Amino acid sequence: MARSASDDDLRALARRLRSHSLRMISEAKTSHIGSCLSLADILAVLYGSVLRVDPKRPDWADRDRLIVSKGHAAAVTYAAVAEAGFMPLERLGEYARNGGQLYGHVTHAGVPGVEMSNGSLGHGLPVGTGMALTAKRERRDWRVFVLMSDGECDEGSNWEAILFAAHHGLDNLVIVIDYNKIQSLDFVDKTIRLEPLADKFRAFGWGVRELDGHDVAALRGTLESLPIEAGKPNAIIAHTIKGKGVSWMEGKVLWHYRPPAEGEELARALAEVEAS
Amino acid sequence: MRTAFIKALNELAESDSRVCLVVGDLGYSVIEEFANKHPDQFVNAGVAEQNMIGLAVGMALSGKIVFTYSIGNFGTLRCLEQIRNDACYHRANVKVVAVGGGLAYGNLGVTHHASEDVAILRALPNMTVVAPGDPIEARLATRAVVALDGPCYLRLGKAGEPVVHTTEPAFELGRAIELRPGSDVTLIASGGMLATADQVAGQLAGKGLSVRLLSMHTIKPLDRDAVVRAATETRFVFTLEEHSIEGGLGGAVAEVLAELEGEHAPLKRIGLRPEFNRVVGDQRYLKSLHGLDEEGVMKTIQPIISRSFRLVG
Repeated sequence: MARSASDDDLRALARRLRSHSLRMISEAKTSHIGSCLSLADILAVLYGSVLRVDPKRPDWADRDRLIVSKGHAAAVTYAAVAEAGFMPLERLGEYARNGGQLYGHVTHAGVPGVEMSNGSLGHGLPVGTGMALTAKRERRDWRVFVLMSDGECDEGSNWEAILFAAHHGLDNLVIVIDYNKIQSLDFVDKTIRLEPLADKFRAFGWGVRELDGHDVAALRGTLESLPIEAGKPNAIIAHTIKGKGVSWMEGKVLWHYRPPAEGEELARALAEVEAS
Repeated sequence: MRTAFIKALNELAESDSRVCLVVGDLGYSVIEEFANKHPDQFVNAGVAEQNMIGLAVGMALSGKIVFTYSIGNFGTLRCLEQIRNDACYHRANVKVVAVGGGLAYGNLGVTHHASEDVAILRALPNMTVVAPGDPIEARLATRAVVALDGPCYLRLGKAGEPVVHTTEPAFELGRAIELRPGSDVTLIASGGMLATADQVAGQLAGKGLSVRLLSMHTIKPLDRDAVVRAATETRFVFTLEEHSIEGGLGGAVAEVLAELEGEHAPLKRIGLRPEFNRVVGDQRYLKSLHGLDEEGVMKTIQPIISRSFRLVG
């Protein structure tokens, strides 16, 4: 999709990403539908209007790099890569299937367009930081986007990279935190409190923007006018709803793990997403 | 070895701007020249080893050849999952360098004793594990790992190890170097134990034995052919390493011999007992407690070969 995509185009793409994710996760009976649904609009805006990538040349040296550090949001990531044209949509049928290449956590091997495999949390940002440092030193204008979860902010490795990136003024590094307020066992606030999250990033020397992670126009507004502050790495805290788009999944811990049942439940979920 | 490594790296960085050095806030009096001469190829990642490896992988995936530098366990075990998932799985051109392999930082404490690192890193797919035997091998190994496409663990001692090679040997990763031909027993050494093995080989030769001495600088991929030849052409094989006897060079050789069909020589692994040291001591002192000095190694070897060979004196 070109940069000329309209907000409605991006909303339509987000609906497709949600539908793919629901089908993939339901058919493969895997977890993390809630995490995929909360990330769909962010991925749609990135692939639809922000990322400078070329599906015909996945290894193009000057491409923007996107790292999905919340590797459990695999279904929606593969869907986004396929919708962007890096691989045929039919390949989504390989998701978590014996003999396929689309593992249940984001995997690069055999999957064009995926920069980095993730699944253990707290790995994406340090690697993205090394990429951003290299681009800076070589005066290249490609950028690095790292998508993280809120629960992932518990990992100490991220804070090592957060210190480093600010010290080195990596304003070509962008993290988007999918702040859906729910982690694996419980709500973030009841597990390890992150608030005041924006203040933490400001104190660490980052440019910070808080926005509604389902508001396509707001996401575009920020992501198309980076950096937030010159000379500082960018933290976009995207307030999202886990399970967004399917009423009975929204805001429920249960849907971190439970797949939608094939048949009637899946059909109702798809109908809600398509009507949204 | 540390000095030989950094000197070689300086030269390589001079001619190849892809060669970078990322340190974990360590290397005082070692890395300054590199940092001053090649500021755009140098990073101090701070006291943050997980980020150090992640950074290195990100740089490597953007076209660099990145050496990370830290002390024994800090740059390896602390960030093991980053080495596994980020460096090895992505086949990133990251060369993890540890100084102080074994007991080099003896009296600094058990935290600084790198005694299981080879066993642990050897288990990782795509990883190459190299422990050069003297400063000459350290220099040659540094060049070889730059040319190697993919992740590598380069385990160095400290400074001041003796030069063992009298001439510059042909050096190839994965290929043992034969320092002495022999047909009675084989000594296979890795890392700084090469010097001790060389002395022991001299003593045994003085007793009339024909001793083969191999420097097994690459522990993974192991030179399987050299091990098989040693076990079929000589009558006893000893491995010598400043590392736990579990899982390192001795473990790797044992794996080969355990699956070797037909008659072959038995193996004795000489290395560190797999336990935490309880007594303070410098490298020399602790090595003697583990029987890794020349006298201790002779004490282990002597009764074994007395049973098999008629010795002079």
